[in-house]
Amino acid sequence: MKVNQKGQKKERNKNLYYSFSFFVIVFILYLVLAIFDLEKISMSLNASFYILIQISPILVVVILLMGVVNYLIKPKSVSKYLGIESGAKGWFLAIFMGILSHGPIYIWYPLLKDLRDHGMRAGLIAVFLYNRAIKIPLLPVMIFYFGLGFVIILFIYMMIASIVEGKIIEIIEHK
Amino acid sequence: MASKKINMINKEGIAVSLYKALKSFGVALPVLLGVILLLGLFKIYITPELLSSVFTGNLLRDTILGSVIGSISVGNPITSYIIGEELLKEGVSLFAVTAFIVAWVTVGLVQLPAEISILGKRFALTRNILSFIFTILVAIATVVTLRVVT
Repeated sequence: MKVNQKGQKKERNKNLYYSFSFFVIVFILYLVLAIFDLEKISMSLNASFYILIQISPILVVVILLMGVVNYLIKPKSVSKYLGIESGAKGWFLAIFMGILSHGPIYIWYPLLKDLRDHGMRAGLIAVFLYNRAIKIPLLPVMIFYFGLGFVIILFIYMMIASIVEGKIIEIIEHK
Repeated sequence: MASKKINMINKEGIAVSLYKALKSFGVALPVLLGVILLLGLFKIYITPELLSSVFTGNLLRDTILGSVIGSISVGNPITSYIIGEELLKEGVSLFAVTAFIVAWVTVGLVQLPAEISILGKRFALTRNILSFIFTILVAIATVVTLRVVT
């Protein structure tokens, strides 16, 4: 148990180090670009701030969902619905969850990591992430630009591609 | 007395769960902020005009290019539809435009550092490479099926 906790702490420190390093690199990139064009960098900062404001409500939802996952959902139930024993139900659930999820892809990574730690299959994480591309609220806009036939065919192929991708990832992960 | 105790345990359990969630999110926060800052840079530096100028007219090359450009582009999917329609008007093939709009939402080069940091290098790289390949396959299959059907 102690060894496990030590391992988790080590992994968390490693992730934190990587996380900070990436932030520092982007910060340096901003500083370098600011030397050449301060106005564009100021516009980029404004754009970033606007994105942050836009995603803040979803960030709160994701943190709360993570809390719910930690509190209510036990590894046994995750592995039942999204684990190895989930079968076809698990694939459909991942597609459904992916389609229903909102906001940018990256804010879902921490929750997916938590679910994986609880027993969610890697293939289903890939399926979830792929199907985030299918957004029901955006359907009318897509149909307006490309036509109903195009959208239906595209979405069918995307769902098939997501399952094939998930299966391949599972084969690779188990190697 | 017993229900009071259960209540206490529940409250404590909820607090611990939320604390764990915040801690887990806190580890990911610097990389997420880094990605948001990168998104800001891309929004200003990579303009729709710049994107449309790279297509050549070669079907296969343009489809792959559509996929590459979609992979490095970021923003709301609606933006990709608008750019996609503009590209079609400028004579870019539907294969390339489909690859572009699919890659926009399924492959994330800008978000890749965050995905690697949180979900692991092997998973993130495999997923993005496969998504890139599937973008081209899905584009070809969609347009061919659409032409056969219509």
